[in-house]
Amino acid sequence: MELIDQHTKKIMEGCKDRARAAGLCFEDETLEYIVTNRDLLELTPKVMIPTLYDYWVHDVEILKEKGRYELYPGNPYETVINTRPAISFYNDNNPDWLNVMIFYHVLAHIDFFQNNHFFRHTWDDDFAGQALSDKRFIAKLRSEKGRWVDYVIEFTRGIDNLVGYHGDLSRLNRPVQKDGSKRLDYYFDVFLQSVKNVKIHEYMKEIKRFNECIAMYGEFGEKMFFSNIVKKYPEFEAFFDRHIKENNNGNGDLIQFLIKNSDVLRKDDNRWMTSVMHVVRKTSLFFQPQIRTKIMNEGWASYWHETLFLKDDRINGHEVDFARINAGVTALPRVGLNPYALGMRLFQNIENMGNKGKYDWEFRKIEDVDIRKKYNQNTGKGKELIFKVRNDFGDFMFINTFVDQDFVSGNKLFVAGRRLNSAKMIWEYYVKSRKAKDYRQMLIDSLYHPPHIEVDENKCGDHALYLVHHFEEKPLVKDLIANTMMGIEYLWGGPVHLETSEVVSVPETRNNVMTSAFSPPQQKEIKEQKVKWERVVYTMENRKISKKVL
Amino acid sequence: MNDNMPADDRKLKIKGLTPEQKQKIRWELEGDCCHEISPMQIDAEYIAPDSLENIYASNDLCKLQNTSGPKGSYVNRLRSIDELLERDKQREKDGFPRKIRVGRLVKPRKGDKEKIIVVPTTVEEKFLHEKRLSPAEDEPSGGSGRGEEGEVIHEQPLHDPETQGGAGSGQGDGGQHEMESNAYDLGKILTEHFELPNLKDKGKKRSLSRYTYDLTDKNRRFGQIIDKKATLRKIVETNIILGNLRDMRHIDPTGFLISPSDRIYRILSREKDYDSQAVVFFLRDYSGSMLGKPTELIVSQHVLIYTWLLYQYAMQVESRFILHDTEAKEVDDFYTYYNSKVAGGTRVASAFRLVNDIVEKENLAADYNIYIFHGTDGDDWDREGQESIPELKKMLTYANRVGVTIAEHPGSAGNETEVEQYLKKSRLLNEKPDLFRLDVMQEDADETRIIEGIKALIS
Repeated sequence: MELIDQHTKKIMEGCKDRARAAGLCFEDETLEYIVTNRDLLELTPKVMIPTLYDYWVHDVEILKEKGRYELYPGNPYETVINTRPAISFYNDNNPDWLNVMIFYHVLAHIDFFQNNHFFRHTWDDDFAGQALSDKRFIAKLRSEKGRWVDYVIEFTRGIDNLVGYHGDLSRLNRPVQKDGSKRLDYYFDVFLQSVKNVKIHEYMKEIKRFNECIAMYGEFGEKMFFSNIVKKYPEFEAFFDRHIKENNNGNGDLIQFLIKNSDVLRKDDNRWMTSVMHVVRKTSLFFQPQIRTKIMNEGWASYWHETLFLKDDRINGHEVDFARINAGVTALPRVGLNPYALGMRLFQNIENMGNKGKYDWEFRKIEDVDIRKKYNQNTGKGKELIFKVRNDFGDFMFINTFVDQDFVSGNKLFVAGRRLNSAKMIWEYYVKSRKAKDYRQMLIDSLYHPPHIEVDENKCGDHALYLVHHFEEKPLVKDLIANTMMGIEYLWGGPVHLETSEVVSVPETRNNVMTSAFSPPQQKEIKEQKVKWERVVYTMENRKISKKVL
Repeated sequence: MNDNMPADDRKLKIKGLTPEQKQKIRWELEGDCCHEISPMQIDAEYIAPDSLENIYASNDLCKLQNTSGPKGSYVNRLRSIDELLERDKQREKDGFPRKIRVGRLVKPRKGDKEKIIVVPTTVEEKFLHEKRLSPAEDEPSGGSGRGEEGEVIHEQPLHDPETQGGAGSGQGDGGQHEMESNAYDLGKILTEHFELPNLKDKGKKRSLSRYTYDLTDKNRRFGQIIDKKATLRKIVETNIILGNLRDMRHIDPTGFLISPSDRIYRILSREKDYDSQAVVFFLRDYSGSMLGKPTELIVSQHVLIYTWLLYQYAMQVESRFILHDTEAKEVDDFYTYYNSKVAGGTRVASAFRLVNDIVEKENLAADYNIYIFHGTDGDDWDREGQESIPELKKMLTYANRVGVTIAEHPGSAGNETEVEQYLKKSRLLNEKPDLFRLDVMQEDADETRIIEGIKALIS
């Protein structure tokens, strides 16, 4: 891997100036590397992070499994890496004009990384640097503990898609709350009502007394108020502390819970394992926002490379070349989803609608189709709006908010279905629906969404770990349950239960067997059957799995 | 097939079958299946190509810079596979299940039966949502352009070579990263790492038209390597004749004369090599009841066995493929063998008989080690094995190994299948354990089980 030459770097710096002038916002330093096929061979298993820790699965990674992206949130061919400074990768034979286009695309990505709030937790650190120290740390551990390091990595990676990304994120963006008012909240909201069960008039009396204290002592009012309470309820502080402990931190995600509560990991000999688990968790957290903003991120980058490239005076004469490449990137496919095309059109649409004032309350009140169509306030606020969207939205919100019927109809979008025509032995692709509602749902269904699994402490009991998979009309992939649970059992050191939902299996008839794997499923009139669900509990104990229907 | 029906009907009555068995046979007979060659794809994974762009599959490198995924050749990976399998063994010792799978193996192409796709994969197990609930229709995708709702906008043949090829390139992470290897390499991996036994007795050695070159011939005056001992001897001999060595107790080599023709060299020479060779018969039941998993299982196992033999016999393996329902027929290549669709009834004896005929007619027993592997789901209309057992006994007189694999349907667990019953009854398994093996597995057996099965069949 080597850096791009000075000539190309100069082009990049020119792009930075123009991008900044257009309103994009990113740090000065960036690193651009030329990658060869050989580099890619080494980089792709490491999700393009050159300093990622070594792990043997990276060496084999010849994966052909379905749901690949569900397993790995990082795109193995990511071009721009969200580090400080941001790193990006290039072919060594790109012509200058193409580099201009790619640089704009890259800069928009960097702008997105450094401004979108889903990336908040990555803003303060350089991931590449952290990863390097983690890599060295793990290498050192490996020389001491041997393969057991890899087992811990493996088992932790088994649950690294359950990281509490949103929890961490919300904590980062939460306004600071003073301890004092928390105490007050607890006293009035929980302690008096749930613990002491006081009568309403007593409760009112306390409120009155509090107001008096504030009035009399000003900022010391609260202190005075509580000094009396301690006399009346000596146990209050203890209750409050326990409440804080229970609610404040929670137990975090599964990895954090294990680190905190596992008997195995608490042993002195095993403390090192928790450090490895931290590394795996941190790595997973790093990739979480990326996969949750794929459409937006690519859309944003495509929007800007198109906008900025066409204005760039350095590329005169290459408009046609650009048009060809750009069409390849941002054309809507006849069938399939292209995040570049979709995201870019959404941003363009939002800007357009914003300019006309169509997101204003005034417009929403209008019901007349004709007036709606012609409505244009020339507010000029479109740009501002898309920057705001870039700051605050993730893919789900983006789609859920902005994919409306106008957008779907305007771009001639539809939900495409594929079915087998066994008479002709062909797959038929057909237009399934042109309704915005269906299109939106299809998009949302195709978004990354790991299962929601939490520890239920009330059901844990002695030494056991009880996991609950919240029902979202999707069963877990059965093949993977046993080994994942075995990994958790190893880290937990006791039996592990997993409560989940499964489709009640219908007794198979011979005809059903016929439609199974070997011959292509035969086209039949399949009636919309209501899927029946049942709750089941898997138990992993001593590396043996068993299942019980609840 | 319909021509057979009256006769079969008669048979049904005569034999007094249980209603279940009757139903089974009827189902096989009346199913509107025929033995056409089915498309290559075997399971839904293959049927769903990545032609539908996935949101997360695309990336800047390939979209913007037209970079294809890195191409690593099979050989690059082989060493790491060695290490990985070593690690896998260690895993087992540590009490964890093995993690490396050889993956989906079979995708023979027509006319190219040496090519087999090896996909050594590993899965990182995580809790994951099942994507599809109903197999009848794919997940919907996006689309754009003209077309009324319900209108078919594109048709794609089931067997579309274009969506099959192109391993990995430009596919991003959704692509199929496969490694092509020839069957020999796979056999090597199987033998070495899955600890399949090496053949101990390679049978009678027979001359082949194969040569090796070795420094075995001697030549005076010139050659590749001087043969010191022989040269010395020759010198002594010459000098005795010359009379330079009169007193045996006081030999003075300084007085020796050395003639150029005393120098003896070794030179390369062509040697006829001896090696054993094998012919292996693969028999597959392709009756209607074999639909789905059992067939997949049987063919996977047969490919593995084939590769293993190929390695053991250093490529000197001839393979013959026989399919049978009520009649048996020989097919030319693995492609046809693998891809022929199931239909019709079951008569195991027909296949056995055909093997016996071929062996007899071509006099194979004299020149070859003969292996016969038969895969079935255990149904046989010949319930008592009255026809099959005699044929089987005949086979055992010349074969080095006969292995029968039964892939049971889930419903039949507990009850022994017909074939299993009569094979056990015949006591051949106990009488000739070195010649005849039986392996019964459930139809949902995984790859590890298949390899276990091979061990059982060939060890």
